[in-house]
Amino acid sequence: MIKSFIAVLRRDLLVAARRRSDWLNPLVFYVIVVTLFPLGIGPDGDLLRQIAPGVLWVAALLATLLAIEGLFRSDYDDGSLEQLVLSGQPLTVLVLAKVLAHWLITGLPLLLLSPLMAIILQLNLTSIPALLASLLLGTLTLSLIGAIGAALTVSLRRGGVLLALLILPLFIPVLIFGSSAVIAAEGGFAVEGQLSLLGALCLLAVAFAPLAIAASLRIIWE
Amino acid sequence: MNNLLLQVSDLALFRGERCLFSGLSFSLESGQVLQLHGENGSGKTSLIRALCTLLPIEQGEIAWRGNLLPAARDQYLSEMCYVGHSEAIKADLSPRENLAFTATLLNASDATVNSAVERVGLTGQNDLPCRHLSAGQRRRVALARLLISEATLWLLDEPLTALDGHGRKLVEQLIGEHANAGGAVIFTTHQPLTVNAIEILSLNLDALQSANDGSGGASP
Repeated sequence: MIKSFIAVLRRDLLVAARRRSDWLNPLVFYVIVVTLFPLGIGPDGDLLRQIAPGVLWVAALLATLLAIEGLFRSDYDDGSLEQLVLSGQPLTVLVLAKVLAHWLITGLPLLLLSPLMAIILQLNLTSIPALLASLLLGTLTLSLIGAIGAALTVSLRRGGVLLALLILPLFIPVLIFGSSAVIAAEGGFAVEGQLSLLGALCLLAVAFAPLAIAASLRIIWE
Repeated sequence: MNNLLLQVSDLALFRGERCLFSGLSFSLESGQVLQLHGENGSGKTSLIRALCTLLPIEQGEIAWRGNLLPAARDQYLSEMCYVGHSEAIKADLSPRENLAFTATLLNASDATVNSAVERVGLTGQNDLPCRHLSAGQRRRVALARLLISEATLWLLDEPLTALDGHGRKLVEQLIGEHANAGGAVIFTTHQPLTVNAIEILSLNLDALQSANDGSGGASP
């Protein structure tokens, strides 16, 4: 079981390493959205600082949404997904490995780049740890929740809008707690409350999302 | 050696509202090879996909070694190997990497990968990304899955697609050896296929579709 988890993880990372556009696109999207705000709003440091938590979080959320659509796409197209379902290994473990690989490919680079983006938006340096912690828990949760929608819509050719409609409502709690953690850090308040809630959401998603993803993948071939 | 493996009774398959066929019953023992016949659209692929549990069954029963599916699904999946229209290989990975992944997933040893690659005649292309392989070579990679899986039942959907003369001989040999070793094979193809010393049973879905009298079958 652990061997198959590692095998899926390794394979997906290897494929991503050889096919750069998959993970570069969401990252470039994130950078473009964030850097356009100072250009559009003007060099008003206070205003930028005020909207920075929201902008960073919304951009991260949209980048995750953009990336998650392709999670099962290539596996569905080349038939690998069928063989994963038929392999006899627990599908929940396999999909958890796929989501983790996907997060390492798209979520982690976004996380590593966000201090730079925070500085562009004039966020206080003291808030950056809170931003990183909230994005770490948040993007993991978003990837897990988004994967349910990706699994449900993988058999539709143009499932993008449907996917957004399906999972955006589920993204909203993560967005609210995530950005409010950064806002609290900006104001000099404690952020443990928000981070604990994000952590709870993340654990909940780790526990239940794989079940939902696996169930979705079993019914898409009808 | 003649133990009953697969039993299908009164199976009907639907595609949307349309009934592809109904009343299909047959059984397969170890050492038997069954070819599905039928025109395009007669439901060969759907039947194979239903047999490998990808399509839900609304009517009828499938039993594996006497145990009904889907209750016996786990046992069935571990003894069944499906090679479909799509090769299920990653274009960015080499045949070796693809098959090593398959081997891990199917709890097979790494040594089987080398012998499988050798057997399907891809030794020279072992480390080339699969996107640089021809369609026939990719099909060979897909067929190597059968050798790695050590499954009892093979479900092959158009295994000869894109294969050359040597490739067809290879498939014939593989099927023959598998049947002689006590395995069973169900396959579809529109090309002539003969296996030495083994009688290929046939099941015609067209007849079933037009008659629809519930008595069709290929039970020997």
